[in-house]
Amino acid sequence: MLDQFLQSLQDTSIATAIREGETLFPWIECVHVLALTVVIGSIAIVDLRLIGLTSRDRSVIQTTASVLPVTWTAFTFAVITGGLLFASNATTYAHNFYFQVKIALIAMAGVNMAAYHLFLNRGADSWHTPQLTPFRARLVGGLSLCLWIAIAAFGRWIGFTINTPT
Amino acid sequence: MALQSLDSFCSWLAATSVSQVIQTVGWVIPAVQTVHILAVAAVVTSALMIDLRLLGIRGTEQPIAAIARRFLPFIWWPLPILLATGAILIIAEPARALENPVFILKMGLLLAAAGITLACQIPLQRNPAFWEISAGRKRVARLIAVASMPLWVAIICAGRWIAYVQGT
Repeated sequence: MLDQFLQSLQDTSIATAIREGETLFPWIECVHVLALTVVIGSIAIVDLRLIGLTSRDRSVIQTTASVLPVTWTAFTFAVITGGLLFASNATTYAHNFYFQVKIALIAMAGVNMAAYHLFLNRGADSWHTPQLTPFRARLVGGLSLCLWIAIAAFGRWIGFTINTPT
Repeated sequence: MALQSLDSFCSWLAATSVSQVIQTVGWVIPAVQTVHILAVAAVVTSALMIDLRLLGIRGTEQPIAAIARRFLPFIWWPLPILLATGAILIIAEPARALENPVFILKMGLLLAAAGITLACQIPLQRNPAFWEISAGRKRVARLIAVASMPLWVAIICAGRWIAYVQGT
């Protein structure tokens, strides 16, 4: 059932064009890499502030307000390009261990972020300095940073376990 | 002749025991590439945050100098990491990079990006308000940002294309 769906995704004309074209795949990869560097870099700005290592003269709210729109823009590009790369070889990627773990890790990062924005950031407007930032926020930041580093690693490993230039 | 000696340098390097170890131990190259890309993330995002401030799009509640002070270290400090991890990748497969026109292009673009970063940074060290003193200065600051962003985009694209373009 799932394999049927993946096969039909892979058979779409756009997926076929990406798989069989000479240059489409690498160009989409370029946009994907560009987007993911901005996603990880901008999330790291927030995480490092939550942990209390950087942006120490700024409140958490100021930091998230200036950075998160950049994160979401880049994340949109990363999802679209990632989806296109996936579609080009859907059946292979779906069965790749590193791809599966990467998606699970992204889901965990999403849950971590949602938990922060829904429950854990109460009182964040008073977190003006790292000293005023509670332990639970530091924990969210540290966890997020570790997850995104792992996501980058698993992403890179996909390329080495599937037959594409690395 | 120069190409021939580059050829023999690449073959020599690829035959060294260091290169052989990197080539045979499967996890080294993906691990080094992961560190490389995380360092790229720090550099490119920092450059982007500065550029968006120069353009007046983000962080406008703070002066340019404050944004620059926060993010410039994250452009320069990852550089040794990038050079070290890049060097490991070159040692692993010398011809893949050294004989690849895209790699040469990437290094040229990197120099240009470093130059443009310094062009923004050095005046700020003399005068933190340098880029905000007059409308003319603000225009130049915006030009710097407009020139900087495509350079970083091109560097990332070139980096990915190294894998796809054959050495000469």
